[in-house]
Amino acid sequence: MRSSAPSADTNKHADPFATMILTRRDVSAIAEDHDAASPLSIHDMTVAYHRKPVLWDIDYAAPAGKLVGIVGPNGAGKSTLLKACLDLIPRASGSVRFHGEPYRVRRREVGYVPQRESVDWDFPARALDVVAMGCYGRIPWCWPVRRKDREAARDALSRVGMADYATRQISKLSGGQQQRVFLARALVQDARTYLMDEPFAGVDAATEAAIVTLLRTLRDNGKTVLVVHHDLQTVPEYFDHVVLLNMRIVAAGPTAEIFNESNLQKTYGGRLTLLDKAAHVVAREGRR
Amino acid sequence: MMQDRAGHRRDATLSVPIVILVGIAVVMLNSTDAVAQTRSITDNSITWPTWEKFWRALTLRDHTTRVVVIGTTLLGMAAGVIGTFAYLRKRAMLGDALSHATLPGIALAFLIIGEKQLGWLTVGAAVTGVVGVLAVMGLRRIPRVKEDAAIGIVLSVFFGVGMVLLSLIQELNTGKEAGLGSFIYGKAAAMLTSDAQTIGVLAGVVVLCCVLLFKEFRLVCFDQAYASAQGWPVALIDLLMMSLVVLTTVVGLQAVGLILVVALLIVPAAAARFWTDALLPMTLVAAAFGAISGWFGSTVSAFVSRMPTGAVIVLSAGVLFLISMIASPHRGVLATILRRWQLARRIADQHLLRAMAEFEESRGLATTVDESELWSMRSWTASGFSQVLARAARTGWIARNKHSVQLTETGRASARRVLTNHRLWELYLIRYADIAPSHVDRDADEIEHVLSEELVTELRQALKEKADVPPSPHNLGAGI
Repeated sequence: MRSSAPSADTNKHADPFATMILTRRDVSAIAEDHDAASPLSIHDMTVAYHRKPVLWDIDYAAPAGKLVGIVGPNGAGKSTLLKACLDLIPRASGSVRFHGEPYRVRRREVGYVPQRESVDWDFPARALDVVAMGCYGRIPWCWPVRRKDREAARDALSRVGMADYATRQISKLSGGQQQRVFLARALVQDARTYLMDEPFAGVDAATEAAIVTLLRTLRDNGKTVLVVHHDLQTVPEYFDHVVLLNMRIVAAGPTAEIFNESNLQKTYGGRLTLLDKAAHVVAREGRR
Repeated sequence: MMQDRAGHRRDATLSVPIVILVGIAVVMLNSTDAVAQTRSITDNSITWPTWEKFWRALTLRDHTTRVVVIGTTLLGMAAGVIGTFAYLRKRAMLGDALSHATLPGIALAFLIIGEKQLGWLTVGAAVTGVVGVLAVMGLRRIPRVKEDAAIGIVLSVFFGVGMVLLSLIQELNTGKEAGLGSFIYGKAAAMLTSDAQTIGVLAGVVVLCCVLLFKEFRLVCFDQAYASAQGWPVALIDLLMMSLVVLTTVVGLQAVGLILVVALLIVPAAAARFWTDALLPMTLVAAAFGAISGWFGSTVSAFVSRMPTGAVIVLSAGVLFLISMIASPHRGVLATILRRWQLARRIADQHLLRAMAEFEESRGLATTVDESELWSMRSWTASGFSQVLARAARTGWIARNKHSVQLTETGRASARRVLTNHRLWELYLIRYADIAPSHVDRDADEIEHVLSEELVTELRQALKEKADVPPSPHNLGAGI
């Protein structure tokens, strides 16, 4: 049962190309090998953009009630990992379970914070309008936003220290404030598991501190939080667990155990030339 | 990603003046057409109405006029509402491809049925219109074909096919083809009562759908990925939105014409964006602008013969857009100019105050400074300098005595605050941004005027600066 012991994965992918071929054959043998206790377990997931694989054979089970950092170089597929888990982009193979069930069943229990740059902040909306979008999942089709939803949104805004900005037009907020609005939108859902895509990117120091406090509060309340992160220096301080990612999982486990020189070297040092080439070949073959 | 989105918005805004120009061109073309067709010296252009006729049209006295005006007003309202969402979803230009792609459908429907039956022509228009939209979507999937190219290709090719078919129909010369051309430029006067009723009902349907789907449309327009993660069927919602755009376009063809109907989708929405920062008011304002344009356009064309309705509707929308762009209180051109002018004044005032504070620093409190001495501190123009002095004296910052100047109590407080901001910012730049001391003066000049109270406090904390007015980092005595 590989997924229940993520740290054991460390050296399994020494030759990822060979592993990929092996795993293909093994799929039926270890199918549905998910840990029901894990808030997020990924089994043998491969993801491709335009037929070019960007994530290979991801096997991972997130530990419950922990702060998990997902770290890796540019183009390592960190955001892709989150999006593939949330069914936003199709998986070429593999399966994902939240608390033992597919995402579409557990949707309400999963809060997603996309990258701040993924939307146009000149959209005509106030901070409260955006946060209230976190409630839309609870409101049936064609029904307007109810008063209690707005109350919940106001609550979430004050939890991220933005209570005074509820009626502020979103384009007039600073980058850090916009990020906090996005966080509040996920909070309003009152999920069990949170997936956050670079919440620390381009925010001021005050916001960064506020977000870290918030993440810790969430963890202390028993929530699981997975955060795509790009600043290696702060990883040991912020996260209990860490996933080192570069097209495949290089290492995953408690920060104290696996966040070390040699694993980082494997993640960042030297491009995975063979894996990269293989991906290009697959893409070319697929187009023909 | 961000640039891409900004680009789309620019495209949509850019299309406003283009559409307006086309509107003007159509008006002018039609008046020259009139000259060519009538070949009469006495009746050689648009006939201008008498006041009585004008009044009858405005007050909806005639039954036909009334029906046409109400129909186009409702159409404008519906287009404003659905246009707001299309504009925010960056799909506005797709509407242009759609409307041009309706022409072959109209021609084909005529060829098949053999006469001008509005119902079937509309169905034909809708069919090829949707095919056009699908073609754009399909072309975009091909690598190296960008959205603007895809729209351009579909728009022109479909329109070309439509023109070829129209000329074929003319060749057949069945005698029933008259009036098909009005679908290109729009001719509300050709509308029957039943047509106008259909328009009214369909416009109502569009508005009702937008009211019901307001929450869903808002979510998909703002953050598609999040909507889809939340389990909303984004493709279905998009499809509904595009269907409403198709419906509005096809319904509007007869009144506005296929060249200009897209303007009714974009222009009111773009104009409304200037007036508000929230979605609901924006939708309402766009609906009002669309309705006003529809009403005005059809009224004018009802009493000025040969004036093409579509062009007048679009021109009125264009005028509303221009007014919005210039006069809107927050985003308008006038407001921006006013804000800049006020800032420039404040900066000049602060320069004067800082110069005075620096003099006091080197010469002691309540020193008097010669005006010529003060003038040499900065590159003021003579008139600018005397204006600044006069204003400062009016505000009570300085006391003027013949040719010398002295700070008052209130002036001193402000002056010291300005100097403090300047010094703090200089220090920050030197210590944290590693900028050479000789360069920071000018940089600080730009920033100090916009520093907020809280930012100054933060600066103080970061620099651990306790002195009320920090000393100058230039070490040039008076800091000159």
